[in-house]
Amino acid sequence: MNPAYSVIFFTTASGAGYGAIVWLVVLALLGIVPLTPALGASVIIVSLALITAGLLSSTFHLGHPERAWRALSQWRSSWLSREGVAALVTYVPILIFAVGSLFFSAYGPVWIWAGLIAAMLSLVTVGCTGMIYASLRAIPRWSTPLVVPLYIAFAMSTGAVLLIAIASLFWPTPGLIAWCAAVITLAAWMLKIAYWRQIDNAKPVATAESATGLGAIGTVRLLESPHSSENYVMREMGYTIARKHAARLRKIALVVGGVATALALVIAGLLPAPFATAASIVALIFAAMGILIERWLFFAEARHAASLYYGASEV
Amino acid sequence: MTSLPTATDGRKLGLVIDLDICVGCHACAVNCKEWNTGGHSAPLTDEEPYGADPHGVWFNRVHSFEAGDGDSGRTVHFPRSCLHCEEPACVTVCPTGASYKREGDGIVLVNADTCIGCKLCSWACPYGAREYDYADGVMKKCTLCIDRIENQHLPPEDRLPACVSTCPASARHFGDLGDPNSDVSQLVAERGGYDLMPEMGMQPVNKYLPPRASTRHDLETPAPPPETIPASTDTGSDFLNWVDRMLTR
Amino acid sequence: MPDDIRPDDRYEKVDQSPVVSDEVKTTTCYMCACRCGIKVHLKDGAIRYIEGNRDHPINKGVLCAKGSAGIMQHYSPARLSQPLRRVGPRGSGEFEPISWEEALDTATEWLGDIRRRDPRKLAFFTGRDQSQSLTGFWASQFGTPNHAAHGGFCSVNMAAAGIYTIGGSFWEFGEPDWENTKYFMMFGVAEDHDSNPIKMGLGKLKTKGDAKFVSVNPVRTGYSAIADEWVGIRPGTDGLLVMALIHELIRTGNVDLDFLARYTNSHWLVRRAPGTADDGLFVRGRDGKPLAYDRNTDQLVDAARIDISPAMRGRFPLHEAAPGDGGSDAEAVPAFQLVLDRYLDEAYSPDAVAEQTGIDADRIRRIAAELAHAAFEQEISLDVEWTDWAGRKHDKIIGRPVSMHAMRGISAHSNGFQTCRAIHLLQMLLGSIDCPGGFRYKPPFPRPAPPGPKPAGKPHQVAPGTPMAGPPLGFITSPEDLLIDDQGEALRIDKAYSWDAPLAAHGMMHMVIRNAWAGDPYPIDVLFMFMANMSWNSSMNTTETIEMLTDTDPETGEYKIPKIIYSDAFQSEMIAYADLILPDTTYLERWDCVSMLDRPICSADGPADAIRQPVIAPDRNVRPFQDVLIELGARLGLPAFTTDTGAPKYPGGYADYLVHHERAPGIGPLAGWRGEDGSSHGNGAPNDNQLERYIENGCFWSEEFAPDERYYKHSNRAYLDKAAKMGWIASADPIVLQLYSEPLQRFKLAGQGFGNVVPPVRYRDRIAETFDPLPIWYAPFEESHTDLEDFPIHALTQRPMAMYHSWGSQNAWLRQIHGWNKLYMNRSTAEDQGLADGDGVRVESPYGSIKARIALMEGVNGNTVWTWNAIGKKRGAWNLSPDAPESNKGFLLNHLITDLLPPKDGYRFGNTDPITGQAAWFDLRVRVVKDDGSDKALANDPSDSGIAPRAPGVGKAAERLRFGARFLPASNWRRSRGGEDT
Ligand SMILES: Nc1nc2c(c(=O)[nH]1)N[C@H]1C(S)=C(S)[C@@H](COP(=O)(O)OP(=O)(O)OC[C@H]3O[C@@H](n4cnc5c(=O)[nH]c(N)nc54)[C@H](O)[C@@H]3O)O[C@H]1N2
Ligand SMILES: Nc1nc2c(c(=O)[nH]1)N[C@H]1C(S)=C(S)[C@@H](COP(=O)(O)OP(=O)(O)OC[C@H]3O[C@@H](n4cnc5c(=O)[nH]c(N)nc54)[C@H](O)[C@@H]3O)O[C@H]1N2
Ligand code: SF4
Ligand code: SF4
Ligand code: SF4
Ligand code: SF4
Ligand code: SF4
Ligand SMILES: [Mo]
Repeated sequence: MNPAYSVIFFTTASGAGYGAIVWLVVLALLGIVPLTPALGASVIIVSLALITAGLLSSTFHLGHPERAWRALSQWRSSWLSREGVAALVTYVPILIFAVGSLFFSAYGPVWIWAGLIAAMLSLVTVGCTGMIYASLRAIPRWSTPLVVPLYIAFAMSTGAVLLIAIASLFWPTPGLIAWCAAVITLAAWMLKIAYWRQIDNAKPVATAESATGLGAIGTVRLLESPHSSENYVMREMGYTIARKHAARLRKIALVVGGVATALALVIAGLLPAPFATAASIVALIFAAMGILIERWLFFAEARHAASLYYGASEV
Repeated sequence: MTSLPTATDGRKLGLVIDLDICVGCHACAVNCKEWNTGGHSAPLTDEEPYGADPHGVWFNRVHSFEAGDGDSGRTVHFPRSCLHCEEPACVTVCPTGASYKREGDGIVLVNADTCIGCKLCSWACPYGAREYDYADGVMKKCTLCIDRIENQHLPPEDRLPACVSTCPASARHFGDLGDPNSDVSQLVAERGGYDLMPEMGMQPVNKYLPPRASTRHDLETPAPPPETIPASTDTGSDFLNWVDRMLTR
Repeated sequence: MPDDIRPDDRYEKVDQSPVVSDEVKTTTCYMCACRCGIKVHLKDGAIRYIEGNRDHPINKGVLCAKGSAGIMQHYSPARLSQPLRRVGPRGSGEFEPISWEEALDTATEWLGDIRRRDPRKLAFFTGRDQSQSLTGFWASQFGTPNHAAHGGFCSVNMAAAGIYTIGGSFWEFGEPDWENTKYFMMFGVAEDHDSNPIKMGLGKLKTKGDAKFVSVNPVRTGYSAIADEWVGIRPGTDGLLVMALIHELIRTGNVDLDFLARYTNSHWLVRRAPGTADDGLFVRGRDGKPLAYDRNTDQLVDAARIDISPAMRGRFPLHEAAPGDGGSDAEAVPAFQLVLDRYLDEAYSPDAVAEQTGIDADRIRRIAAELAHAAFEQEISLDVEWTDWAGRKHDKIIGRPVSMHAMRGISAHSNGFQTCRAIHLLQMLLGSIDCPGGFRYKPPFPRPAPPGPKPAGKPHQVAPGTPMAGPPLGFITSPEDLLIDDQGEALRIDKAYSWDAPLAAHGMMHMVIRNAWAGDPYPIDVLFMFMANMSWNSSMNTTETIEMLTDTDPETGEYKIPKIIYSDAFQSEMIAYADLILPDTTYLERWDCVSMLDRPICSADGPADAIRQPVIAPDRNVRPFQDVLIELGARLGLPAFTTDTGAPKYPGGYADYLVHHERAPGIGPLAGWRGEDGSSHGNGAPNDNQLERYIENGCFWSEEFAPDERYYKHSNRAYLDKAAKMGWIASADPIVLQLYSEPLQRFKLAGQGFGNVVPPVRYRDRIAETFDPLPIWYAPFEESHTDLEDFPIHALTQRPMAMYHSWGSQNAWLRQIHGWNKLYMNRSTAEDQGLADGDGVRVESPYGSIKARIALMEGVNGNTVWTWNAIGKKRGAWNLSPDAPESNKGFLLNHLITDLLPPKDGYRFGNTDPITGQAAWFDLRVRVVKDDGSDKALANDPSDSGIAPRAPGVGKAAERLRFGARFLPASNWRRSRGGEDT
């Protein structure tokens, strides 16, 4: 699949934003983080900015951005529509929670509920994003049970790193939280490794033989494409990255996004304030790099069934 | 409407393509382009038509495959367009309802006035049958010639999809696959018509007829000739007695 | 029911019954030479849709890919828009626009001058047009023998071998009996001129499912892909395969002797007197009629008599059989005996040819058995009474349902004439010519084998200011007919009908530029060409051809070919090499005629012809070439184009000519609705309303034969009478199929030094060896000149079904399908050489080297590579952008093909068939090596030689095409979005 930058940015940015909101609510409710107006506002503003920028960027690749509102109509059947609705709905509790944390004691029942609902809806939204991909049978590498957990895990991991980076500006991060974030990050990447294993070992779902129905005669190979230049389907769906490059990129993503991020977090938890802040920001940078590569690969490694008509032998 | 119709009227209009006959001439593809670029989905935009990278919107494309190795294999020309699936993911994923399956005849269409061009339907279609028009910013696709098949301004014999009426080899058939007695259903039954990629669960309405065994008309290889042919072919040699029949002019 | 509320309108209101067009006009397609009937839908003054005409005899409503892309042809940005005069050097592409008046004045001046001095100084050659009956007539009115159309480089082998053998031929001049055939064998066809009819026929045959379809072709694509059996023969060896089949059929006694005795010259006696001047000629009676040996009376009798039992074999000493005739050793042998003698030879056994052809001997034996089975065990008979030429009534029509078709895979080799004759021999032995289930003639064929008249152009027939006595092309039967001078050298600029190519029935357009440049046999002054891209895809040896077109005489600075006039409709490669450009219309803008005098559209079941009418008015300053030619004829004062007072005879141009020109009394370009009231067909006085009648009828005329006229036309009384009445044949005599070809033997004898007209020494062996009266096989010439280990691979081209020669590339839709070409190679051959799919390679022949990208496939002969024909373009031509894939990734195989063979005894023969002069495109041998350079630039030499600028009046091409947007209602939102709506 062609890795479209707007979609990569949207899924990663909004994922981190939603993740940070979830952590903010949970940590605040558990009392682990003192929800000062400054901290609450910063986390919420940054998260909303990421979410909003992501949503906006995702409309860039629309042929008709001015009609984007129509995408909210088919929530009964379409995961994309559901994601849109969920994303919009989630704004409401987030904003209520924001108001609460800024101007009132965030620990009142209304605000608590608003926070909890915001966190839940954030997870739902990320889940919907995952489901958009997981529901596409035509792309077997996406259509697996691991995809939704992965989207959620990465949202939680990048959200945590984001939150820590912001929080460290205001308030010395307790080591425990940073270490927890490191564990979560490693867990997310473990899940990713499992996913990679799975897609590498998965039996092909469809083959050139099944796509053409000619398998009874023998191996099926493309002799000629319909046209001598690439069409929309080949441009959009035909992108494939060589195994060699994919393997290298996977390693880089894992080392940067997983190992280096986790290390930076551990260090952040060990060091005093200004250094902890610096380490947290480094962790955020690593995490961002890692997730961008991860998401790029998510697309680039996915093979669309339609490519069977253009020379692929299996997907 | 993104949700699929719970029941179509029983009609399932679609195409049957005979891979045993298709010579890969692209007539169906170009005639489709010609009709449809001025038809319901007009225009089918072409980018860089005279430039380095010409490409455009086509609802029907003819691939060529080889199946099997060496002499015993086959070359199979393979036209491919929307299969008007019964469980079309292209419809269910659509966030706007622009992509829909008609109740009356099962035709899958895109409403160009509400499509936002998110392209998700093209990701969902395993067959690569959806065509994005970069200029219009909307998804387009085979309409099964919605503006021909019941067009009161065309003579009845022309109320066929453009690709079907133009196919020089008669490799394409159009009809109601929901009616087991229709010509197309009978053809599918007789010839073992099949679905493309059934594993995708889309339940295509269009069917493909397989190439027939290439050996079905072969005679048995005759016995090898005697070691030597009588060297002399002169009159009188037994070997050529058949020539000496009394012929009349 | 547009007003019905449909449940589906909930989603979107779809107009299922839009008005398609304001007006529908019929005409004839010209996206290729197949001539299908079309209906053009016009809306708001533009072309909305072109579809096949269901009533039309050729295509019955279907339309191919090219035909469906007619709109893009018509609106192509590569169209020329005004007459042009060259201002820069040749090849620079620098022109200035001029008026038609100036253009016609210039042409008249150039041509008038040479007509007064020496009309031979005009070489007038036309390409893929359909007005040869006009152009040929014009040339002979002008007085030049130097005229031909493209047939010489196209498929004259096929045409000539057919005409000389069975009085008809493959091409589109005959067709398999698709309805009845049980076994169809196709040799070397990718597409052919009968594009749609063949596809329709194959579809019918395969749908019926009771017939076997065998395709003999090194490549398994297109038609071969749907064959029941694909025979992946080694190129150039079909003759061996066919003769091995003949060997088997004879060996097993599976020959239709009755057919041979009745319809062929197999029982005619051939004189065997080796070393004498009459050897191999027919034994004739005093009246000149060929004789046969009657076994009833043991006498030599007129072979045409029907009351005899002719001997089919035996050897009859001539002095006994016909006392007083011939030398003492001479014997008379039935032609069929010679067939037996030759093909029973071990050299033609399946085992002997297996290796060379690459086809297993058992397989050859099986195919022979299948042919025999279909012909003799599956005999069909139609309950139709008919009468043969001799007046005998038959209550049935017997059919041997084996049919064959062959085209350029056979003919584009230097042994193609003889191979094609071998196929016809095979048909005759099976008794499967013009019978139910067999190969069938389309009228006006069959004609005598060969028919008259002979080509004009002998010295006494060419004189200043005078028309020639006859047409420049025809069929010759003996060395006396050759167009040569006393030294035996050619009289025509293309050397047709000379010892280079005695039976060059279509001329040799491919030799014109070379000979004109070399002044061999003489210099010419004006090269006038129409519709032929001779600097590019129809030239062999492109690189040198371009040099010859631009070469100057070092002393005078004049171009070696002084003046070039060219008519094209588009900015093709050739434009840059002409001095005066006469821009033509597109096929939708002009009158045209598909005439029985030229290449008709008849079916085997009846005659037909057609017109093209202008369906849309030109929006540029262009004129139909035929109008221009007729006007030039009038300006030059050619007798047939002027009245007694010297005024133009056809002031109404081509349309006027079509109606009023008579070739012979009552016979004109169009056969339908003749006679003043339009009531007679075939024959009759001109009818002023003829064109209207054609238009009313869908722009064609057709008639069906009665059931008893449809088969055995060569021998069918009812048919022959009708054909004679219609003027298709000169007399209603039966047409005898020529198993044994006496004209060839006459040339052979000349090659052996006998007769009054003998070839110069350098030709003798070649003539003596190749002009065999019975089909023979010899290796394609290039193989004897080339180191086969160095160049081990055959390189071929195929017609893509969705592209017409070079002219499809300006078509926005078709060029998406074939924007560049790959070189297809057998997978194992490539892998043995370490080549992988997609590799960049150099393809090298002894004559040149180009770059290409390879694609591997299973279905191709292991010794063969191939590519699609005519896809590679010269940079900048056709108004394509300079970075177009056609000139960056695509390639033209022609750069590797030579037009001349290496010198032999100081003379370079053309790379052609020695009999007809047919260009041997497919003899090419190459080697394929991995490209050591980078594979980013795959451009090839001549295409790189400078970018042709856009000609004046050729506008910048659109960057986005939204054709059809205009047909949406103005209110539609989509109209407002960007892009050009052409
Ligand atoms: N390697 C290789 N070369 C081959 C062959 C092969 O098999 N292999 N095949 C050979 C054969 S059989 C043929 S017939 C030739 C064909 O080769 P050409 O005769 O050169 O055919 P085209 O390339 O179509 O060029 C015809 C010209 O006619 C022009 N034209 C198109 N429409 C019109 C019109 O309406 N009016 C006028 N005035 N001009 C028009 C086109 O623009 C083009 O310049 O190629 C030969 N060359
Ligand atoms: N779409 C389209 N139609 C056309 C044309 C076009 O350009 N495009 N051109 C028209 C013209 S001018 C012509 S002349 C006709 C030509 O029509 P075809 O006769 O079909 O000519 P080619 O495409 O050259 O195909 C030659 C075939 O012969 C095979 N072949 C080559 N060598 C041998 C051999 O030694 N033995 C055998 N058995 N096969 C061999 C090749 O693989 C190829 O399949 O097509 C006409 N129709
Ligand atoms: S028009 Fe018919 S024969 Fe030609 S490619 Fe299409 S289906 Fe095949
Ligand atoms: S083929 Fe693709 S576009 Fe057509 S209905 Fe099926 S899923 Fe949808
Ligand atoms: S591109 Fe259009 S039709 Fe396709 S899913 Fe998006 S809105 Fe629906
Ligand atoms: S049914 Fe109509 S739209 Fe669909 S492929 Fe055929 S011609 Fe094109
Ligand atoms: S075969 Fe195609 S291009 Fe040729 S005349 Fe017929 S429709 Fe036109
Ligand atoms: Mo040709």
